Amino acid sequence: MLNWFHRLGSPKIFFEISGRWQVPLLVLSVLMLTGGAVWALLFVPPDYQQGNSVRIMYIHVPAAILAQSAYVMMAVAAAVFLIWRIKLADAAVKCIAPLGASITFLALVTGAIWGKPTWGAWWVWDARLTSTLVLFFLYIGVIALRSAMERQAGAGRACAILALVGVVNLPVIKFSVEWWYTLHQPASFSLTEKPSMPMEMWLPLLVMVVAYYLFFFAVCVMRIRNEILVREKNTDWVKQWLAVR
Amino acid sequence: MNLFIASVQRDLLVHFRHPSEVLNPLVFFIVVISLFPLGIGPEPGQLKEIAPGIVWVAALLATLMSMDSMFRSDFEDGSLEQIVLSEQSTFIFVLAKVVSHWLLSGLPLVLLMPLAALLLFLDEAGVWALTLSLLLVSPTLSLLGGIGAALTVGLPRGGLLVTILVMPLYVPVLVLATAMVQAAEAGSETTGYVYWLLAILLGSVCLAPIATAAAVNVATDQ
Repeated sequence: MLNWFHRLGSPKIFFEISGRWQVPLLVLSVLMLTGGAVWALLFVPPDYQQGNSVRIMYIHVPAAILAQSAYVMMAVAAAVFLIWRIKLADAAVKCIAPLGASITFLALVTGAIWGKPTWGAWWVWDARLTSTLVLFFLYIGVIALRSAMERQAGAGRACAILALVGVVNLPVIKFSVEWWYTLHQPASFSLTEKPSMPMEMWLPLLVMVVAYYLFFFAVCVMRIRNEILVREKNTDWVKQWLAVR
Repeated sequence: MNLFIASVQRDLLVHFRHPSEVLNPLVFFIVVISLFPLGIGPEPGQLKEIAPGIVWVAALLATLMSMDSMFRSDFEDGSLEQIVLSEQSTFIFVLAKVVSHWLLSGLPLVLLMPLAALLLFLDEAGVWALTLSLLLVSPTLSLLGGIGAALTVGLPRGGLLVTILVMPLYVPVLVLATAMVQAAEAGSETTGYVYWLLAILLGSVCLAPIATAAAVNVATDQ
């Protein structure tokens, strides 16, 4: 197991293995995204209260779930990089940050679009919205630090430290913000709590969540491969690989 | 421990001889606060209602103003590198820097609170809660800000970047502190908030210097 881990940590071997995986992963994720979207947008019955606007859920909820777990993945990669100095983990941190930020942005925007017809406002300073916004700022911080330190050797470690500090802060933000409102405003939207939905609405949601994850992994692998090529451009195997192309 | 005391003493001495770096954030704090009545209108009722938020945001900005200089001069003259290379603990050194930063920027802000409260028509309960909350939180601000300051110390213009990096980390204490002041103004119990803010402070004392020391190591490594 450890041996396998070490082998995968080598950029060359990761590049070879991921080369076999990326196309099936991408095809599967796009198929599931299309299938799930068609199912959710055309065939799922409209909600008895929200009507057709409930369909935004199938875009919004997977993005919101993925936004948080992408940060956790980035932090795990950061920890791996700081502890074992595996360069591949640094490449992963670098590639996940902008992806995670865009997914968080997607969650915020679709949330706003969904909020307008259901709550009557684009934005509410509700616990979940606020903590997602802070999550977005955390991603932006990691990206900003990386781009400011671009030419410096310590950029990877600095970003890894920042990502780890952010993950310590994440639950604190979540709870403090929830506390803030549970003390001062009674919950005016029970919508933010998970509704117990019927199976015919829940299944396409599951498909969409899985599809989002697969798509995320596929794009992530593509970006990491690209990053490996840039970083290892002076090695023999990259030159050989490029010569074959 | 010697390193700790020596470092704090040196920082205090340096800043007493060049007080402008200490005074500028305080002036900034008062200027920002006095801008709000001009922008919003001088009605006492309205100002009193938003006073905790104004004071807190102004305090955060003033703290961030001085954050950038926490490690900069030490980095530029090479003493930061000497500390890292020496057998002294970087953790202790970082903690000393944070303590002197708090003595020079956090504590004066706490002492300015009555003036700020006067400008914004806060009542007595509000003033006490505001001062207490700032006293409890300003060390946390220095501790968390130290991480950002250490991460950006090698960069030519880190000031704005520190704000972007550190602001999200400040959200929890900001939320709890303003909630505490509002609760005090409404006449309700604030002990729960005090415990929370203390817990966050103690947690930051233990954890933040680890991250800051790691960041200092990265900065001096290049």
